[in-house]
Amino acid sequence: MLEIQDIHVYRGKTYVLQGVSLHVGQGEIAALIGANGAGKTTTLRAASGLLRAKQGRILFRPEPGGEQVDISRLKPEQIVGLGMSHCPEGRGVFSSLSVRENLLIGAYLRTDRDGIAEDYEKVCRMFPILEERSGQAAGLLSGGEQMMLAVGRSLMSSPRLLLLDEPSLGLAPLVVEQIFRMLAEINSQGVTILLVEQNAVMALDLAHKAYVMENGRVTLSGPSRELACNPDVRRAYLGGH
Amino acid sequence: MSLAYIAQQCANGLILGSMYSLVAIGFSMIYGISRLINFAHGEVVMIGAFLTMGLFQILGLPFPLVAAAVLALGAVLGVMIERAAFRPMRGAPQVTGFIASLGISIMLQNLGIMVLTAQPRNFSFPAYLQQLVNIGPIGIRIVDICIMLATPLLLAVLLFIIHRTRLGVAMRATAENLDVARLMGIDINRTIMAAFAIGSGLAATAGLMWGGKFGQIDPLMGFIPGLKSFVAAVIGGVGSIPGAILGGYILGMAEVLFVGLLPPIYSAYRDAFVFGTLIIILLVLPNGLLGKETEERA
Amino acid sequence: MKTDRTRLIFLAAAILGFVMIFAMQRTMNEYIVSIVNFVGIYIILAVSLNITNGFTGLFSLGHPAFMAIGGYVTAILTLPVMKKAMFLPDLPSWLAGLQLPFFPALLIAGIMASLTALLVGVPVLRLRGHYLAVATIGFLIIVQVLITNMESLTRGPLGLNGLPAYTNLWWVYPWVLAALYVSWKIKFSSYGRTLLAVRENEMAAQCLGVNLFRTRIASLVIGAFFAGVAGGLWAHLITAITPNSFSLIMAFNIVVMVVVGGAGSISGSFLAAIIFTLLTEVFRPLEESLEVFGIGEIFLALVLIMILIFRPKGFFGSREPRFLTGRNA
Repeated sequence: MLEIQDIHVYRGKTYVLQGVSLHVGQGEIAALIGANGAGKTTTLRAASGLLRAKQGRILFRPEPGGEQVDISRLKPEQIVGLGMSHCPEGRGVFSSLSVRENLLIGAYLRTDRDGIAEDYEKVCRMFPILEERSGQAAGLLSGGEQMMLAVGRSLMSSPRLLLLDEPSLGLAPLVVEQIFRMLAEINSQGVTILLVEQNAVMALDLAHKAYVMENGRVTLSGPSRELACNPDVRRAYLGGH
Repeated sequence: MSLAYIAQQCANGLILGSMYSLVAIGFSMIYGISRLINFAHGEVVMIGAFLTMGLFQILGLPFPLVAAAVLALGAVLGVMIERAAFRPMRGAPQVTGFIASLGISIMLQNLGIMVLTAQPRNFSFPAYLQQLVNIGPIGIRIVDICIMLATPLLLAVLLFIIHRTRLGVAMRATAENLDVARLMGIDINRTIMAAFAIGSGLAATAGLMWGGKFGQIDPLMGFIPGLKSFVAAVIGGVGSIPGAILGGYILGMAEVLFVGLLPPIYSAYRDAFVFGTLIIILLVLPNGLLGKETEERA
Repeated sequence: MKTDRTRLIFLAAAILGFVMIFAMQRTMNEYIVSIVNFVGIYIILAVSLNITNGFTGLFSLGHPAFMAIGGYVTAILTLPVMKKAMFLPDLPSWLAGLQLPFFPALLIAGIMASLTALLVGVPVLRLRGHYLAVATIGFLIIVQVLITNMESLTRGPLGLNGLPAYTNLWWVYPWVLAALYVSWKIKFSSYGRTLLAVRENEMAAQCLGVNLFRTRIASLVIGAFFAGVAGGLWAHLITAITPNSFSLIMAFNIVVMVVVGGAGSISGSFLAAIIFTLLTEVFRPLEESLEVFGIGEIFLALVLIMILIFRPKGFFGSREPRFLTGRNA
């Protein structure tokens, strides 16, 4: 579904991504793990169009067997329209808009009123707390609730691929578990997921395959179960034993 | 100090406040969405005034049509300013954008002087608007009544756009977080353009009103009112539209009452009063009355 | 930056300047000499604004207000007692009988401007970025309003004219040299490095214990001193002064010089001041012959915008040309 081919990305003069390649297949959950500053967020931002790669290509095939689009030079507004939704680092909810407005803005590009209403119901069923607080300003929600709002908002665009940047950041373990359960549920309904996480334990548990990034490069990749057993990975990211 | 006199001053304050509000909204909208102060906004007011005169006198169009045209042309001018000066400055430090818009302001003022000469001209508009009407103790012209009525109408339409339309939501989202707005699929170029268009259209209309109220226009007329409208926006909280409206009326009333109620010696100090207020507000209440943003202070 | 080298350079500049002025006074006509005077005054203005804006990264548009204060103080002090009685009958008696020679008048003017800067700076310099800019515009307007209305001191909107025409090249250029020397010394001292550090990264500077506030006030005060002196020189060159002599347009022009030259670069401000003043002079006859005013200003604004888009750091960035600093870097 998503293919990143050897991209090199600069932020100003800093050479951040030094030749990153990865592949996310249809219906998979892929995890991108690594330490702070390894370039994980930059990779997602390059995929969603917020950053442009100096070299390399990014290919996106939203429909199985359908057309593959080169999205390397596209703007984020266009990429969203193709079926990729990026849930950014720090959640990125619009604090001054209400919960309801936040959710609806996720469907900004859609024109099918009924479909939007249906998906709104679906999201509210998945995260009932959002229905409860639908009139409140999003800035008043707790961290966990904002995360649910952000995911719900992304779902409102009816994406084929969901990019998640550090969903567990700053959240209590119980809340994180709840969210990851939801992600599994979302995936089972046919949404492909590319997940960036510092919490390697949970990421490897959820994902089918994983990539490890260090200093702007992918150093290891493979099925997540394999990586979870890899001694280097265990030492660096899984707490040793 | 009779009741009639105070009532008259209050009426004047409302009229001046209406005009300041309309211009202040433009400042707040543009600042909210691009984090830049549009110094050239005052010149849009000036151009609005001259366009009105031109359309009315030279083309002889009926006045309501002129008003609508000025609104539209002001919007176009705003878009042009955005393209020419603000889009290239996106991402540049604040101060660079400020200097650039100051440059545009000076350019427009001097273009005005070049084309129109610095000579003030009498603002010509239909005689029926200039008629005096007596409402109780107050004498008020029809044009003033129009200003007082038209402004809330325009403001209502604006608030409707901001809160109940797709464009409005897009503008609010873009103002809060540009990148995430893009991730929603919002075309930020068009959204920013819309903000400039609406803000400038309102400013041009304020220019029409200004000409009607004061009767005289010249190419440098936009500068001080523009600055004062910025003060109004700061009072209400830059970036907040309700704040701009509130600030506009507060400043208009305060200025008129300052001149009207204090002994005449002080009236020449009105500008010092307004800008002194600006400095005090910036120091004491930097987010204004309704603003929410916090910026770093030394 | 070795002190010996600085001293040598400035000595050489002083001698060169002396010779050039001598030659100019002898050979050139009045019109050109007056232009050279203006160039000198603008150099002082640009270089002093560079201390405030360029070194510290503050954005002050209030320079003309300090010029106005300096100009009026000088004028009031140097005006012959006769004229004072005529123009300013309500002057307090200790002033009315006072007439000072040019140099002390200029010094006092500069000091008054500095004191004002101190007074205004303490509250206002807590602001940042474009809010500071707008506050300084407010300050400029307030000063203008005060000058227009304190008629007993300033004769209000009519202004003062017939001022003694003291200003000539021998007065202007030593002050130019002084401004350059002070700037240079500041820039290459540890204090100067602090200023530039504050400009580059406020938070880092704060963490290192730099007292932000004091450095800002100091840079404003020093810049204001020279602006005040420049105002005095200006007033006695034109021999007249009004509340509108020093406006926002002038602030803009000086800012353009600093930005185009490169904020923080003394040589940049120096050269930009010369170039822009000369360009304005070129445009003036054009404007007058075509009877179309404003072209010069438009041109200036256009150049500024081009520079901001294509070369926002200005011509020299914040550096000085190598041959002056003798650096190896």
